[in-house]
Amino acid sequence: MRLLSPGPGSRAEKIAPTVWLVVNVRPAGTRALLAELASLGDVQALYDEARRRQQAGLLSAGVEVVPAARTVLFDHLDDAAAFAAELRTWAPGPSAPRAGTRVELPVVYDGPDLGAVAELWGIRPDEVGDAHASLDHEVAFIGFSPGFAYLTGLPDAWRVPRLDRPRPAVPAGSVGLADEFTGIYPRRSPGGWLLIGRCAVAMWDPERVPPSLLAPGDAVRFVAVRR
Amino acid sequence: MRGSLRVVRSGALTTVQDAGRRGVAHLGVPRAGALDRPAMELANRLVGNEPGAAVLETTLDGVGFVLDTDRRVAVTGAPAPVTIAARPVAFGLAVLARAGELVEVGRADAGVRSYVAVGGGLDVAVVLGSRSTDVLAGIGPEPLRAGASLPLGDVVGRVPAVDFVPYSPPAAALHLRCVLGPRADELTAASLELLASASWTVSPDSNRIGLRLQGPRLERARRRELASEGVVDGSIQVPPDGQPVLFLADHPTTGGYPVVAVVPEPDIWRCAQARPGTTVQFHPEAARSLAG
Repeated sequence: MRLLSPGPGSRAEKIAPTVWLVVNVRPAGTRALLAELASLGDVQALYDEARRRQQAGLLSAGVEVVPAARTVLFDHLDDAAAFAAELRTWAPGPSAPRAGTRVELPVVYDGPDLGAVAELWGIRPDEVGDAHASLDHEVAFIGFSPGFAYLTGLPDAWRVPRLDRPRPAVPAGSVGLADEFTGIYPRRSPGGWLLIGRCAVAMWDPERVPPSLLAPGDAVRFVAVRR
Repeated sequence: MRGSLRVVRSGALTTVQDAGRRGVAHLGVPRAGALDRPAMELANRLVGNEPGAAVLETTLDGVGFVLDTDRRVAVTGAPAPVTIAARPVAFGLAVLARAGELVEVGRADAGVRSYVAVGGGLDVAVVLGSRSTDVLAGIGPEPLRAGASLPLGDVVGRVPAVDFVPYSPPAAALHLRCVLGPRADELTAASLELLASASWTVSPDSNRIGLRLQGPRLERARRRELASEGVVDGSIQVPPDGQPVLFLADHPTTGGYPVVAVVPEPDIWRCAQARPGTTVQFHPEAARSLAG
């Protein structure tokens, strides 16, 4: 199943991806479906469109929309089959900039996997921090645990594998890399990401409104600081 | 008058639960909420509360508490002996507990989780739209501890909608319908057949996050990494060891192992009462076509 928005004129503009492709729609029980997309950019475009429709009252606010790496989950649908058909008629809205806020996060780049990352990137361990902090990152989605943001921004050549054996306990605030993502552990938990540093800013604070510091669409810059 | 509930005996794991959190899964926040929602709603109706008012959810060995004001109390879910000031009272009925009397819910005769509603509901702080404790995410009030005090809401004064509802104890074997997908195609054909024909037993390390099942190993058709994706309540996830996990209220919002089928809502609630050793058999059906 393909979803190509006709979007007159959008082909001429090569700047922003205004056409997305739903590669497949998979059922997830009786009240949910998983839309598979070709790229993270398409996931973000579909997620933004779903949010826009919810704000405009075109999609029920009770529908739970959960973006991930290559999928968007739509849960609590009244009629999943009807929604799958409707999804095919969606055309992206005007290519507005993402609604996210800009966040700067100070990081001490002294993680235990700096050496491994440096080797993968072909640079010295003491260069990893500046290299990572030079990139523009964006929150793609939140998953794994409350407030755990999956940030994109690593160039393809800098993708890194997960640890073969996950650590049983990664300290809260650890900054890690896995695949195409950077993440900051909101709380102490097991984890298999390569750790390059630590950030003292609380990612998740139930007393704060909203409790998650980051939300999908936010732009993030890391700032290298000394301990 | 505003009242409070003082915990005398916490039980193995007693938490505050309501209908849970909606609309925050994109922040990584699980739904939480009562595992046996019909039992929670019934307890609330018995004491004249809104069906989604916050209640206590016990785990196997009940709870003991004292109120500082007279309130109606009802216990539903896993059947258990209930006493007020050492006098036996009926399970599944609204009874009056007077200020200072010890309300004691004993060990469940069957099932796992009893629900204790108090007139006015438990008025703990609302976090992200719910008063529920989430054991995975650490959101909401802490599990009960002896000596802790929980505020009660105001009695709304509605006449109870029901006085008594006959209760059927949990069956020895759990037959669960499930809808194939989203990743049923990750299983071998033989394992798909197993899903429909074999049975599993509920493992002792099951909890509010999921029922861990032991039995025949479900095999992947191919070895490949799936990117993390959103998962729904009732998802049957197959980790590398091939022993399925059925996700309950506190499940993580995304996961990287394939979900091969999803148990629909009326059937999920029955999982709340499945003790370790309970036999589980799935009855898969094909999903409605989503093709255009």
